[in-house]
Amino acid sequence: MDFRERIVKTETLSKDIHLIRIRSERITDSAVPGQFVNVRCSGGLDAYLRRPISICRVCPSDKTFDIAYMKRGKGTILLCDFREGDMIDVTGPLGSGFTMPQTREKIAVVGGGIGIFPLLYLIDSCNDVEKTVFLGFRSKDAVVLKDDFEHSSNSLVIATDDGTFGIKGFVTEPFFNWLQSNRPDRVYTCGPLPMIKRIAEYCIERDIFCEVSMEQRMGCGIGACLVCACKVKEGSDFSYARVCSDGPVFRAEKLVLE
Amino acid sequence: MDLSVNIAGMKLKNPVIAASGTFGFGREYSKFFDLNMLGGISVKGLTLEPRKGNEPPRIAETPAGILNSVGLQNPGVHAFIRDEIPFLRGFGTAVIVNVAGNTVDDYRAIVEILSGADIDAIELNVSCPNVKEGCLLFGSTAKGVFEVTGVVRKVCKKPLIVKLSPNVTDITEIAKAAEDAGADCVSLINTLLGMSIDIETRKPVLANVMGGLSGPAVKPVAVRMVYETAKAVRIPVIGMGGISNGNDAVEFMLAGASAVMVGTAGFVNPNVWVETIQGIEQYMKENGFEKAADLTGALIV
Repeated sequence: MDFRERIVKTETLSKDIHLIRIRSERITDSAVPGQFVNVRCSGGLDAYLRRPISICRVCPSDKTFDIAYMKRGKGTILLCDFREGDMIDVTGPLGSGFTMPQTREKIAVVGGGIGIFPLLYLIDSCNDVEKTVFLGFRSKDAVVLKDDFEHSSNSLVIATDDGTFGIKGFVTEPFFNWLQSNRPDRVYTCGPLPMIKRIAEYCIERDIFCEVSMEQRMGCGIGACLVCACKVKEGSDFSYARVCSDGPVFRAEKLVLE
Repeated sequence: MDLSVNIAGMKLKNPVIAASGTFGFGREYSKFFDLNMLGGISVKGLTLEPRKGNEPPRIAETPAGILNSVGLQNPGVHAFIRDEIPFLRGFGTAVIVNVAGNTVDDYRAIVEILSGADIDAIELNVSCPNVKEGCLLFGSTAKGVFEVTGVVRKVCKKPLIVKLSPNVTDITEIAKAAEDAGADCVSLINTLLGMSIDIETRKPVLANVMGGLSGPAVKPVAVRMVYETAKAVRIPVIGMGGISNGNDAVEFMLAGASAVMVGTAGFVNPNVWVETIQGIEQYMKENGFEKAADLTGALIV
């Protein structure tokens, strides 16, 4: 199997966040929101493992998809060297996707930092659904894809930790305030663990359907090596599920969030 | 050209076996290539009872390799026999079952159960560095390996492979102990105990603090140990440690291995097993070898 595909565009979204657009019929024809691809950052032995990166957008008409990532380690530094026209080795689409809402349902989407990317693909893919989006970033400099989220949602609320853009503070606050007078049919979330945990607990208490996209260091990315473990409930006990293949999307009530 | 090899009473269609712990029970990689192509599959290490495994993070990337601390997460031997053997038997590939335990009695019990199952061989894992009890405690001394291998040998009706740890002073002493206790074959190396620290958080990357190193980084150590072991014992040796292509596999065979196991490289390249088989064939063609078995020990020193 040949996993090499052509890069059709690269873009810098902010100081640390970069986007790569890849043409791949193999991936665009079968991907669903919530899935990821596993990207080889180098042909050599440096940054040895593939990097799992969520699919951020799919354009079925020109058979392209986007991945966005934060430049923060060996692998993502190497990814920044890729240019339009280069070939890139990507396996996927991998993992389980989000449960798609039904028509005319009301959904809320809450993303923090680099957790926002799979959520864009999700809201892009739901038609005839009322979508309220809450995004949290560190500061104004870190705000990315605002127009895209605005375009694909009915309402967008942005919070920054330092208050340099939108509401000051964590994104959970405007989200919980909104919930005082709204009851969504489904909540989807991805981002830092403390954020996910609060949202999951809130939804479970009120019996609101909630799905969480989890993150963990991965090995094979396909479910064989068992390194990307994530605690899930099993009766009164727990077991370790595989983030790469049982997830990355899990129902909130299945997870043991610590 | 004849790629087949005979080891421990098993005839493998080629010398390439998927290494235990990297290949699950074969289901995941069966979506990437036809498992019929493999010489064999060594399945994820099994214990008598299901095991949860260690806390995550369980993996750390290191130069040209990885550290893992999975900790033998597995569904237990009974679930394996019920749920996985029928699937694995759908392929014309040898099924090698890797087993581990906390006590000698655990090893005896699991081997007794598997002796009645439809499998080709048992690989005794006395070298997992990621569990608190048993396993490496037996594998790190010749006495321990002799004891557990001897007890298991009495109840084992399948070819018995003993998988050795490199975390020892002299691996040949351990290999000889396995041979003296009745092992049909030894496989080596299991992972090298290692550690990686995140200097920003000043914490170990692995929740378990230490883990097993695998990947290209360990290959020269593994080739050396296979070379030493193959000279020290009469039973066949299965070599592994960082194999990423046919040339790497040939290197192990020249050093004395009768077959090889390939694992970690598959995380990066799911085609690695197929490419390794093709690479061995290519090397044989270019260097006038008719039989893969003739590569074993063909090193010129």
